[in-house]
Amino acid sequence: MTAAGTDSAVLEPTTPVAYRVAGKRKEMGDTWTLELEPVGDQRLPGFLPGQFSMLYAFGSGEVPISVSAIAGGSGELTHTVRAVGAATGAICDARPGDQLGVRGPFGSVWPLDAAEGGDVVVVAGGIGLAPLRPAIEQLIAERDRYRAVTVLCGARSPDEMLYPSELQDWREAGIAVETTVDSATGDWEGRVGLVTKLIPLAPFQGERATAFVCGPEIMMRFVAAELRGRGIPPGRIHVSLERNMQCAVGHCGHCQLAHLFVCRDGPVFALDRVEPLLGVREL
Amino acid sequence: MRVLERKSLSPLLEALRRRGYEVIGPTVRDGAISYEPLSSADQLPVGVTDEQEGGTYRLAERDDGAVFGFNNGANSWKNHLFPPELSLWKGRRDEDGEIRFTEQEHRGGPYAFVGVRSCDLAAISIQDRVFIGDAYVNGDYESRRRDAFIVAVNCAEAGNTCFCASMDTGPRAGDGFDLALTELLDGGHRFLVEVGSERGEEVLAEVGSSPAEPRDVAAADAVSEDCASQMGRELETDGIKELLYRNVEHPRWDEVSERCLSCGNCTLVCPTCFCHSIDDATDLAGTESERVRRWDSCFGLEHSYVHGGSVRQSGKARYRQWMTHKLATWIDQFGSSGCVGCGRCITWCPVAIDITEEAAVIRATDRIEAVGINADD
Repeated sequence: MTAAGTDSAVLEPTTPVAYRVAGKRKEMGDTWTLELEPVGDQRLPGFLPGQFSMLYAFGSGEVPISVSAIAGGSGELTHTVRAVGAATGAICDARPGDQLGVRGPFGSVWPLDAAEGGDVVVVAGGIGLAPLRPAIEQLIAERDRYRAVTVLCGARSPDEMLYPSELQDWREAGIAVETTVDSATGDWEGRVGLVTKLIPLAPFQGERATAFVCGPEIMMRFVAAELRGRGIPPGRIHVSLERNMQCAVGHCGHCQLAHLFVCRDGPVFALDRVEPLLGVREL
Repeated sequence: MRVLERKSLSPLLEALRRRGYEVIGPTVRDGAISYEPLSSADQLPVGVTDEQEGGTYRLAERDDGAVFGFNNGANSWKNHLFPPELSLWKGRRDEDGEIRFTEQEHRGGPYAFVGVRSCDLAAISIQDRVFIGDAYVNGDYESRRRDAFIVAVNCAEAGNTCFCASMDTGPRAGDGFDLALTELLDGGHRFLVEVGSERGEEVLAEVGSSPAEPRDVAAADAVSEDCASQMGRELETDGIKELLYRNVEHPRWDEVSERCLSCGNCTLVCPTCFCHSIDDATDLAGTESERVRRWDSCFGLEHSYVHGGSVRQSGKARYRQWMTHKLATWIDQFGSSGCVGCGRCITWCPVAIDITEEAAVIRATDRIEAVGINADD
């Protein structure tokens, strides 16, 4: 045995590493943020904003989940998970101290460096804000590398607006944050309507802007069209796609989108690589 | 070039076994040619041939005593290099909730594959690019493949569903083998042997062979030329990637999906199809778990399942995925076609859907003006 949690000298990326739930926070009805730390000496390489891990709840299953925060290199991982099936349900049911299996990091990153010197617009739909949060936090941490930074968040209802207190923190940290909901409830006094409606109001100049978009695929397609309409070239509009992922290393074939393996070539893609593909039904 | 006598086949297999190889070769099993572990040359399908057509496969006798007088059966060398089911790791959760994963050892090989047809040699090299040609190397495949000794056999007759000549993968093996045999029946039952590696040379020296005479070489050339002229099918590959990208919306996909049963036979018999699922099985107590890799098929609804439903709901979308992957997107992914022209998908399709016919119909009704999809890389 070479490391706690795994009895193997050379670890295959197909084998999970044991992580412990160090902290847990309820975000909304069925959505939780879990902070994970390595159980033994074995830890995964550092994740970058946009990348994902395969989270395994013992006996229940394994799912791809993007990192929702980047720790400072000590091996901790943060994931925001919505309970929609057996595996995600079991992950959300995990209590502090419980152990999960984790594989990763996998996939491509939000190209933050390439956005330097220009405006940045981040557009999130629902839980799509989670994979964008590490990028937003890095934009704030390195605020002077960018011009106008805008975060636009849409949710179905006020109860489903992810990270509400952080939205306020981000405003105070010097970036514009605008929100909208499909249908208002309770004491919501903000905007009502699709997130696409926020784009014409956002303070960026298309020719020097970069966009990061994550949400339901249909939302991303409409958002992308709006962003293009405001002059952002498709090569600088980046979307994060979701497909069936099982091996996460480009071998099992489930995540194929035409010639692309979403797990390996994505999940973050420049729009010009995927736009014609997303327009074909059932591709 | 050398000549191996018919009676030297048994010593050849023996020499391979002596060197520590598990010998896998053709034998008759369940009414079909199957590549199985062989303990003796007597298990080879002597005097057996096959009759293949769309949706049809039958063995028949032949009276010339040919040892390799048949074409491919349903299974391929993929069954040994990329086994249908493979345990990846076992997990254990103890009473304190500690979880631990133990990787399964890579157990396969070293293999000697005897009787590899040229199309299947091409298929092996295609799966090499999938499993060991990328950033992540699949350790199990690599260990099975690395030391495999390959005895190719050049086909003497093409089957009715064969089209390797169209795919430029046969019928004569070009490289990638240690030894390549051409079975010669006229003028004495013997094999012309081409040596492809140093260890092939060594094995042949142990078995004993004689120098080939011009008439042996000429006879083998004639066998391969005859075979190439007998192809039961053909597939025009010129510009096929662009053809299928352009015709991603084409009425033929609807038409073929009305016949397709989405059974997945074509993907199971295909020597290059690599899709697999990652399945977990856990005991009822929830303490022991095993992860297994299993062949999967893009014809299953589960294949493209994401929360909310499968991406490819219709049979049309699933057939289009398979054929477009095989003949077009594969080229962008791995630098070659995913089809080697072995014809298995035609033979083993229960409703005789024919990939060469489907491609030809789309070509004949090419929607030249269609935008389709573009691959950027």
